[in-house]
Amino acid sequence: MVAPTAKKLFSVTLRIWRQAGPQQPGKFVDYPAANVSPDMSFLELLDVVNDGLTKDDGEPIAFAHDCREGICGTCSCTINGKPHGPGKGIATCQLYMRSFADGDTIVVEPFRARAFPLVKDLVTDRSAFDQVQQAGGFISVRTGAAPDANSIPVPKEDADLAMDAAACIGCGACVAACKNASAMLFVAAKVSHLGLMPQGQPERDKRVLAMVQMMDAAGFGNCTNQYECSAVCPKTITHDFIARMNRDYAVALFREKFKPASNASGGAG
Amino acid sequence: MATLDSKIPSGPLADKWQKHKTEIKLVNPANKRKYEVIVVGAGLAGSSAAATLAELGYKVKNFVFHDSPRRAHSIAAQGGINAAKNYQNDGDSVHRLFYDTLKGGDYRAREANVHRLAEVSVNIIDQCAAQGVPFAREYGGLLANRSFGGAQVSRTFYARGQTGQQLLLGAYSALSRMVGQGGVELHPNSEMLDLVVVDGHAKGIIVRDLNTGAITRHSADAVILATGGYGNVFNLSTYARQSNATAIWRAYKRGACLANPCYTQIHPTCIPVSGDYQSKLTLMSESLRNDGRIWVPKKKEDAKKDPASIPEADRDYYLERIYPSFGNLAPRDVSSRAAMRMCDEGRGVGETGLGVYLDFSDAIKRLGEPAVRERYGNLFDIYHEITAENAYQTPMRIFPAVHYTMGGLWVDYNLMSNIPGLFVLGEANFSDHGANRLGASALMQGLADGYFVIPYTLGDYLAGQKPGARPKIDAAEFKQAEENVTAMTRRFLSNKGKEPVSHFHKRLGKIMWEHCGMARTKAGLEVALQKIPALREEFQASVKVPGSADTLNQSLEQAGRVADFIELGELLCRDALMREESCGGHFREEYQHPDGECKRDDEKFAHVAAWEYQGAGQTPLRNTEALNYEFTKMSVRSYK
Repeated sequence: MVAPTAKKLFSVTLRIWRQAGPQQPGKFVDYPAANVSPDMSFLELLDVVNDGLTKDDGEPIAFAHDCREGICGTCSCTINGKPHGPGKGIATCQLYMRSFADGDTIVVEPFRARAFPLVKDLVTDRSAFDQVQQAGGFISVRTGAAPDANSIPVPKEDADLAMDAAACIGCGACVAACKNASAMLFVAAKVSHLGLMPQGQPERDKRVLAMVQMMDAAGFGNCTNQYECSAVCPKTITHDFIARMNRDYAVALFREKFKPASNASGGAG
Repeated sequence: MATLDSKIPSGPLADKWQKHKTEIKLVNPANKRKYEVIVVGAGLAGSSAAATLAELGYKVKNFVFHDSPRRAHSIAAQGGINAAKNYQNDGDSVHRLFYDTLKGGDYRAREANVHRLAEVSVNIIDQCAAQGVPFAREYGGLLANRSFGGAQVSRTFYARGQTGQQLLLGAYSALSRMVGQGGVELHPNSEMLDLVVVDGHAKGIIVRDLNTGAITRHSADAVILATGGYGNVFNLSTYARQSNATAIWRAYKRGACLANPCYTQIHPTCIPVSGDYQSKLTLMSESLRNDGRIWVPKKKEDAKKDPASIPEADRDYYLERIYPSFGNLAPRDVSSRAAMRMCDEGRGVGETGLGVYLDFSDAIKRLGEPAVRERYGNLFDIYHEITAENAYQTPMRIFPAVHYTMGGLWVDYNLMSNIPGLFVLGEANFSDHGANRLGASALMQGLADGYFVIPYTLGDYLAGQKPGARPKIDAAEFKQAEENVTAMTRRFLSNKGKEPVSHFHKRLGKIMWEHCGMARTKAGLEVALQKIPALREEFQASVKVPGSADTLNQSLEQAGRVADFIELGELLCRDALMREESCGGHFREEYQHPDGECKRDDEKFAHVAAWEYQGAGQTPLRNTEALNYEFTKMSVRSYK
């Protein structure tokens, strides 16, 4: 089932960040790669380089990857200074070698941010994103308690916009691209997705306050409105959602300060 | 000999689940918190189960080898999820979804399980909509539907081409909520490497932390596996690169029966292979077949020509020709084999001749490019990234690829395996799709199992277990299982081999695809059963695994998974050899109708084959569970 390829093969040099662990020093190491097919994906080239390293008694380069079709958000390389590399609207796994030319040196680093500590080589720990979700990235609905789906109409425009925000794959490129390592685009996408749906209204204030608070606690920086985040987002999620979240946050903060508290405490049981 | 009691409730088909729910044992709310439940996997089935069980009050530990539960491969499902809502008023019903699914599976699934699946399908849509899943909507704000293969109604709900992603993020949000509340203890980067069985019951697992290499023991009152399918036994597939069968295979080696491993699904619409370095095949959603027309040139000599230069009269829209009533929406197995026949006739297209056209020019003429872009834009983009071709202007080239496995660990109606206390959900079990799964039914089954079946049926088992009686992790069985794992690691790392793991995975994949792929023969399977054991020996002698055990070591992870795939591949071929009939995704060339369709043998093979491990080097035992159809007639599946 393997096809011969008639395309012209070429050579590149991979300059890759190697670091054995979070406490060890790291450095760039050059790996020449020949017979590169333009139809090969960038990660497939790393596979080939790793097989070569294994055979030559070296240690393969650790890199994060899984679905290899741009949806799971696992892959996370900064390539030639740009998270996910030179393409627009793609993740690292969707980058094909036809984007490079013969003789190129390609610089590959992990996503760098204080909130994403390094694990090894090109792999970082992005569990801070999970913590932000756990703080409030949900609609509290117990299984089995839902009304008929069509009893909650959602205007098509709202559903479409919510879907634009919900397309986020949680890769962290937005954080890696930001000079402040801010997670505003990631958090804004989740807050907006749920805040645009009628189902998300009851917890709208509580959600934005909790998620922003956790974002700050996890060590992400602030937004200074330069939008590198949306420029590198593999799903091209717009920074307009950041403005939307800021508005939600301000409103929620105001309402929290001035809303009279309910006396409710437990049931009448 | 394993005991295979399906525990199907008695009574009329439509009442079985309701009746069963009222009759099974319950655990009272105060006692639930005394039970610990391990859930392995966090795809649709795993995360929905973990979240729901925690909501009920059980103490849940969720293990996932990914760095976050949101990355499980359910995320990649594109097209949609079926449900018998009949929102389109086009004649759908629970019974029709049941019937389509049973027929689609070529009458090799249990009637009662499939009917339950169709029943709870409607609750799934309600649940997901309430979670805020941004399903596609009509202008009035109500839910939109599309059509999928094997059905004559429009019952598929979708969120652009990212339905799996949105449903998984919904389940992940429910899971995250329970993690935040302390109901679920989440263990990411944690791979299950063995099952611990104490006094015949599943009571724990052995786990390796993939980042630190630490091996830990975990005890529980019940263990739930929701670890997905084994399609990567073919190396190239639409699965994620790290999807693996290790959890179910190690459970098999502890005594859980593996049912119908030969039922594998080949998806008709994937992007063709381009080279030897290839690491995966990318799916183009079946939903494209709603508007795309599949064709090859009528004449062999046209196969290498520019498709635009081939006049309409010289094109063979073969699915529309052979299957006029289903046309381009014929089921997956039927469509895949038809594509293969076209290529075998020398009419395949593209550089390799292993491809057929999926053409949108008529749809673009009829609807306009913007409408086609709105429906399928992201898929056209994916196609462009991979092939550098613009499918708005030239037809896509597609070819079948391994996509799903209907086989899996044997479970009863309660989703419990033949090891008491071991439950299996989603693609990891064998239960609902028979010999072929219809499009948009995998998401339905994963969520049905996790949200609406296991929360009831788990209680029935736990009610018979004394609260707080789970074994301690210093029990002998835990120690033995941990030693089993560490010994395996030591063997890999100290092996003086030459070849990387991928070398063996590729070779296994080639054997499987050649001899046990879309079409199988007795002779071919016998060859595979010679080649695979030889490959296993070569792997053991000459695999090279660099690095150490106490750090992130992706070669070591891969070595364990490929070792399991090699063994599983052998069992898969054995199952395919023994099943002397064609049904659904299992096509034996010796058993076909004159028109090339599957020829089942209901006399001899209307049963589930559940394989039981007999020890290393021993031939496994083939147990059977008869499929008794009380309500439906097993008929010849026709889509003409």
